[in-house]
Amino acid sequence: MSEQATATHTISVLVDNEAGVLARVIGLFSGRGYNIDSLTVAEVDQSAHMSRITIVTSGTPQVIEQIKAQLGRLVPVHRVVDLTVECESVERELALVKVSGKGEARVEALRLSEAFRARVVDATPESFVFEITGNSEKIDAFIELMTPLGLQEASRTGAAALARGPEPM
Amino acid sequence: MEKQINGAKIVLQALRDNGVQHIFGYPGGAVLPIYDELFQQEDIEHILVRHEQGATHAAEGYARSSGKCGVVLVTSGPGATNAVTGLTDALMDSIPMVCITGQVPTHLIGADAFQEADTVGITRACTKHNYLVKDVNDLARVMHEAFYVATTGRPGPVVVDIPKDVQFAMGNYLKPTAVKHKSYQPKVKGDMEAINAAVDLIANAKKPVFYTGGGVINSGPQASQLLREFVKLTGYPITSTLMGLGSYPSADKQWLGMLGMHGTYEANLAMHDCDVMINIGARFDDRITGALDKFSPDSKKIHIDIDPSSINKNVVVDVPIVGDVAHVLEDMLRVYKSRAVTPDKKALSSWWKEIEGWRDRNCLAYRKDDKAIKPQYAVERLYELTKGPDTFITTEVGQHQMWAAQYYRFEDPNRWMTSGGLGTMGYGIPAAVGVQVANPKGLVIDIAGEASAMMTMQELSTAVQHRLPIKIFILNNEYMGMVRQWQELLHGGRYSNSYSEALPDFVKLAEAYGATGIRAEKPSELDDAIKRMVDTDGPVIFDCIVTKEENCFPMIPSGAAHNDMLLADDQGLEVEVSDEGKALV
Ligand SMILES: Cc1cc2nc3c(=O)[nH]c(=O)nc-3n(C[C@H](O)[C@H](O)[C@H](O)COP(=O)(O)OP(=O)(O)OC[C@H]3O[C@@H](n4cnc5c(N)ncnc54)[C@H](O)[C@@H]3O)c2cc1C
Ligand SMILES: Cc1ncc(C[n+]2csc(CCOP(=O)(O)OP(=O)(O)O)c2C)c(N)n1
Ligand SMILES: [Mg+2]
Repeated sequence: MSEQATATHTISVLVDNEAGVLARVIGLFSGRGYNIDSLTVAEVDQSAHMSRITIVTSGTPQVIEQIKAQLGRLVPVHRVVDLTVECESVERELALVKVSGKGEARVEALRLSEAFRARVVDATPESFVFEITGNSEKIDAFIELMTPLGLQEASRTGAAALARGPEPM
Repeated sequence: MEKQINGAKIVLQALRDNGVQHIFGYPGGAVLPIYDELFQQEDIEHILVRHEQGATHAAEGYARSSGKCGVVLVTSGPGATNAVTGLTDALMDSIPMVCITGQVPTHLIGADAFQEADTVGITRACTKHNYLVKDVNDLARVMHEAFYVATTGRPGPVVVDIPKDVQFAMGNYLKPTAVKHKSYQPKVKGDMEAINAAVDLIANAKKPVFYTGGGVINSGPQASQLLREFVKLTGYPITSTLMGLGSYPSADKQWLGMLGMHGTYEANLAMHDCDVMINIGARFDDRITGALDKFSPDSKKIHIDIDPSSINKNVVVDVPIVGDVAHVLEDMLRVYKSRAVTPDKKALSSWWKEIEGWRDRNCLAYRKDDKAIKPQYAVERLYELTKGPDTFITTEVGQHQMWAAQYYRFEDPNRWMTSGGLGTMGYGIPAAVGVQVANPKGLVIDIAGEASAMMTMQELSTAVQHRLPIKIFILNNEYMGMVRQWQELLHGGRYSNSYSEALPDFVKLAEAYGATGIRAEKPSELDDAIKRMVDTDGPVIFDCIVTKEENCFPMIPSGAAHNDMLLADDQGLEVEVSDEGKALV
């Protein structure tokens, strides 16, 4: 069992949007020693008071199965889907990236941002804040490229994800 | 429009409508409105404990012995934090419980108000679910939901935290309609394809074993009945965990005794060597599996469990069946019968021959002593002199608990109450209180250790007040015996702080409480003393002075495999335990 390889999984969880539900999910992960690479949560259906939590985690297949079962056991949880193995899915993350610099570096940052289809949402004579959307690898790559060009800080939303195709999960 | 009533009345009405007759509790400022309502009614009896931990264990004993939900009522802050151990215990052992906690008024929450504690925060990890009710109009629904969640699926404790202003506020009461929760819908019927696959494996097994657990008890008496029928029909051997004792009669010859760390030689070897393992409502706990990589290496494994998270958690199985034991067994029996299966007689008889060989080791034999009382002997005599369908045994935690499991014998479910998963010393006395409340005519005995009994001894006062004639049968070895045994095994016999110093005189202590104290020091006086205990109307502390340095065998040292057991006649305890094993508990 211990020889099983670990892999990254994106898990989508539909929950009742009630007080403490996020604490339950996070407490479950910390209490049982599971990883959280990223976690996003917001209400997605106001009339039904439902929120979607998207968790990117990693573990062996046995651990991922446990995570799913443990999430499913929480009383306010409606559905749990492993978007990585149960279906095809799309995944996007948004990041704001602040880069400061002058001259050649500043020009290069702007040029690269265009290649990445990032938008400038704030600018001063010596800085930019870029908004970039994409899968997490793309954002990792963008941030890495900005590092030598004067990267100051970044704020990332964590992954949002949905199954492909016409049906809800 | 319906007449509005206050929150405290809503609580009482919800308790009544959920069939509650007894609650265990302790008052305080934040629950005074509920206590006031309790005072003015007669349907629900309140049992006043001496410590909130006692209320939780009493509720556990009540629940386990009656199949009903245990109910606890405590105040905010220290009342709630004192309940945490019992909540955790109930979570680990799957005991249905609803615990109502008072809370400071809503407008003071977060202000570090007097006796404020973040009860839902603190109990989130030790409950199946919990609620903070901020609006009196949610109260009735939440109360009904709490009972539904606590008692269905895999049972467990549920906390309902009610601020004091909500107890005073006027609101509407709703009857518990057929509750269907939006998201919580436990599955009771097993998947038929999986059941068929399981029957295939069972029918063709050559060396099968039934491995049964607390889930059979949780599922109810019907499940034990079906289990008996199935086991008889197949002729296969059966063992059970500590939590499952009583679901199958121990007098039957197919019964191998308990398995696991202190289980019998035959049960553990049957588990190790079997080709088909039929796990019914057990959770592959580490006390059972020992070293996971050496656990029953050659078997196909079937696992019936109502909780999907129990499946493949510790041990990967071949045929998982998610569902309630009674429901699944009913289907399984039907399929099994309809196929007119004939078990492989030849294979089975050579399997039984092998098992009989292990049985002949007589692993529970111990050296008798005619001067001093051996703890094993004390339990054997206690069993002989108290057995019967109306006898209920609770225990504390330690060697005495294991001797009780090994030497007391159970024919029926719901007669054996012990803290298995959490291993809470101090469980037994309050649990006995709860059992006696649920079974006023029963003979309720806590088989105790002297150290454990000291942890919740004050509940004897509860027993005296409520005329609950519980018997606290202390196997007094003047040691935290189980700790001492591990120190002997793993720490060179350095008995660091495991000696029971400055013990009270238990006979006098009993008398101080207004109970009866009895002491036995010699085997020759044991039987008479036990009979006196049974014949005493009120509560008794029985101080049974036993040999001090007895070890509990058989034993699988932690980190070892099932076929690496220590038996009583092995030389001392000088075994090699790997560093990895030492790190385990
Ligand atoms: C000092 C000490 C020593 C111990 N030594 C041993 C030992 O030697 N042997 C031993 O067996 N134990 C021992 N224990 C107890 C051990 O720690 C565990 O508590 C115990 O083994 C668990 O029992 P179980 O597997 O039956 O599970 P339980 O804790 O009873 O869990 C029940 C399982 O059944 C499921 N279930 C619940 N309701 C249903 C239902 N209606 N239908 C289907 N499934 C259901 C649950 O989801 C769960 O998976 C010891 C404890 C202590 C304190
Ligand atoms: C609340 C709590 N604290 C500590 C332990 C650890 N522990 C397990 S057994 C034991 C000793 C129990 O002694 P006693 O009640 O005398 O029983 P004996 O083993 O001697 O039969 C201890 C301290 C525990 N299980 N529970
Ligand atoms: Mg002791």
